[in-house]
Amino acid sequence: MQNGSEPKKHTIAVLVENRFGVLSRVAGLFSARGYNIESLSVGETLDPTVSRMTLVVRGDEFVMEQVIKQLHKLIDVIKVTDLTEENHVEREMILLKVNAEPASRAEILRIADIFRAKVVDVTPTTYTLEATGDETKVTAIVELVRPFGIQELVRTGKVAIARGAKARGRKAEEKLGKVVEPAPASKEPVRDIGFED
Amino acid sequence: MKLTGARIFLECLKREGVDVVFGLPGGAVLPVYDALYDFPGLRHILVRQEAAAGHAAEGYARTTGKVGVALVTSGPAATNLVTALQDAYMDSIPIVAFTGQVPTHMIGNDAFQEADNVGITRSCTKHNFLVKDGKDLAPTIKEAFYIAATGRPGPVHVDLPKDVLVKEWPFEYPEKISLRSYNPTYDGHPGQIKKAASAMLRAKRPVLYVGGGAISSDAAAEVRRLAELTQIYVTTTLMGLGAFPSEHPLSLEMLGMHGTYYANMAVHHSDCLVAVGARFDDRVTGKVEMFAPNAEIIHIDIDPSSISKNIQVHIPIVGDCRRVLARLIKEVEGETREGVPSLVREARKQWAEQIARWKAEFPLRYDWDDEVIKPQYVIQEISNLTRGEALIVTGVGQHQMWAAQYYRFKHPRAWCTSGGLGTMGYGLPTALGVQAAHPDQLVVNIDGDGSFVMNSQELATVYESRLPVKTVIINNGYHGMVRQWQEIIYKERYCAIDLSASPDFVKLAEAYGCVGIRATKPSEVVPALEKAFSTPGPVVVDMQVDREEDVFPMVPAGGANKDMILERPNKDVKAKAAKSQTGF
Repeated sequence: MQNGSEPKKHTIAVLVENRFGVLSRVAGLFSARGYNIESLSVGETLDPTVSRMTLVVRGDEFVMEQVIKQLHKLIDVIKVTDLTEENHVEREMILLKVNAEPASRAEILRIADIFRAKVVDVTPTTYTLEATGDETKVTAIVELVRPFGIQELVRTGKVAIARGAKARGRKAEEKLGKVVEPAPASKEPVRDIGFED
Repeated sequence: MKLTGARIFLECLKREGVDVVFGLPGGAVLPVYDALYDFPGLRHILVRQEAAAGHAAEGYARTTGKVGVALVTSGPAATNLVTALQDAYMDSIPIVAFTGQVPTHMIGNDAFQEADNVGITRSCTKHNFLVKDGKDLAPTIKEAFYIAATGRPGPVHVDLPKDVLVKEWPFEYPEKISLRSYNPTYDGHPGQIKKAASAMLRAKRPVLYVGGGAISSDAAAEVRRLAELTQIYVTTTLMGLGAFPSEHPLSLEMLGMHGTYYANMAVHHSDCLVAVGARFDDRVTGKVEMFAPNAEIIHIDIDPSSISKNIQVHIPIVGDCRRVLARLIKEVEGETREGVPSLVREARKQWAEQIARWKAEFPLRYDWDDEVIKPQYVIQEISNLTRGEALIVTGVGQHQMWAAQYYRFKHPRAWCTSGGLGTMGYGLPTALGVQAAHPDQLVVNIDGDGSFVMNSQELATVYESRLPVKTVIINNGYHGMVRQWQEIIYKERYCAIDLSASPDFVKLAEAYGCVGIRATKPSEVVPALEKAFSTPGPVVVDMQVDREEDVFPMVPAGGANKDMILERPNKDVKAKAAKSQTGF
């Protein structure tokens, strides 16, 4: 298929059955079809039988259409939403173990303060910082503390949620009778990809 | 009521309407075989290698429309089965394969005959299950059959640990299942169907391109009705053969790499291509940029991921082929006069004339020889003698393409071939599954000498289980299709293709208790086939054919369909073909 557009990053929310093997089905799909996952994070939702994955994938519009359709084809996948196309919030958490010599300790704390990061562990020679934010913010703090010497770094991968009153995944939960209160009607048309012709 | 897991398994099969199981026992699955010992109403056919169990289940499924069942043990049995699962996955054949597994407490300990069965089959099944708790056994089996048969059909694998089979569990067969995450779309979008109808009525040069999905959804009657109603020419894919009669005046027969010249030309020049349950496979499209470049493309498919995967589709319709076509027929009925939309009457007349010219110019043809058997002639005679009423199975290679080109197809679900995966050795095991489902019908396995030996051990199965499959080996002593590519594309640098040291197939057949017949001259072809078809048990016919006959027409891989090679090429054409291949 001819590429129709420039590849760009997409953030996709996938609701799946909280079952053994689902993660490997999703990961396997990406490797089998040659798509690249930039990050993936998984966790339980309000409904313990449902997990939510947030995937960051790079691709042009045709690749993305296939990614979403193929995800949907997996039997354990309940719902797939490309959040990139709509107003949404993305966050990632990072833990950074940074060299903290006496001369630089104050400076590191100032940087942490600017980024509203927390010091979660301290030793005579290091600080461990916890920061959250979108991709640019997380990358910025890494770059700023890099000169002091980063000993270890761990990122959670992105999680994302749509802005506004309408809830994702509500439909799946409604089927189970988990959601009592009806969702307020959204005025904005919401694009759920994968199923309509 | 409490039953052992093994007994629950058999009760579930019975309730799913399973009458035949193709299998091979072994350690982990022995509890099932122990329960089978005195379980009435289920026929077990013992195959000689596990892949054969899978292929037999495919043959059973494709020709009956029911789900085929294979049952094998853990480890090597499960890995042997993988080829059949991938084959069924690519051709959308509904089978459920059960494998034994080591007891749950030993999983992951590298136990004897342990393999990560579900890990291995995950990417070659529509879905798979590992049953870790006996109370899940019945619901899982129910779901497995449901998933295999619905939506886009496909293989489902269920892994059964030994302790789950041995222990007793309360048994209740679930009446219903609810899978909130799996809801195939069956009815096409009415607006899209309207759009498609109007595009078809406007079209000056329309073509219906019908694939295996039309067979799976039993849409042959609808395809024919729509074609006749709108006077649209029909071409089918390899998997779609039988969905439209070969000898119908509107038939263009098969398209693609070894399709007919007129089918490929019609598709290339069409202005409206209606794909029905077909997936624009590379063997069909050739070079995608050059495939139907001027056509508005309508695609009817139950699998949304098939749409706009290889080719940009203009009017997609997600739904079951039969239901969508029925709606489409309603839309176009009344809009046509004598089958032709009045607006484009003149253009359609010219189109029919053009197609008639293509058909007259380059029909399927081969050079007759008085001394040497031409493989195409064998297929023609099989077609004549069976009057197109036999159930045909093939292996993979040149003989498969000749069968597709020269057999006159009349009915759907009467043709089994390995289309997507191209599994050599598919013929005999699949044929035995077909025969098990249709004990009173003539089943002909058209095989190649290379393909046949990959599963010739199944002669023991057909003999033992009284399955009178007639195998006709188109024996040219070569891996013929590979030889053809090396001849045309790789400058006649023949490498690892000579099979002249194959066994004596007549003696081989006899060694297994079957009847062997040989033909070496054209005059012997009909008598050999007549004898084969009238012999009651399984027969192998060794047809010693022209060793260097090639399949034409041909589009070299990566080439454009409009540039077909129509006959044995000269140097220049070969040089061009070699280029297209290296460019691919």
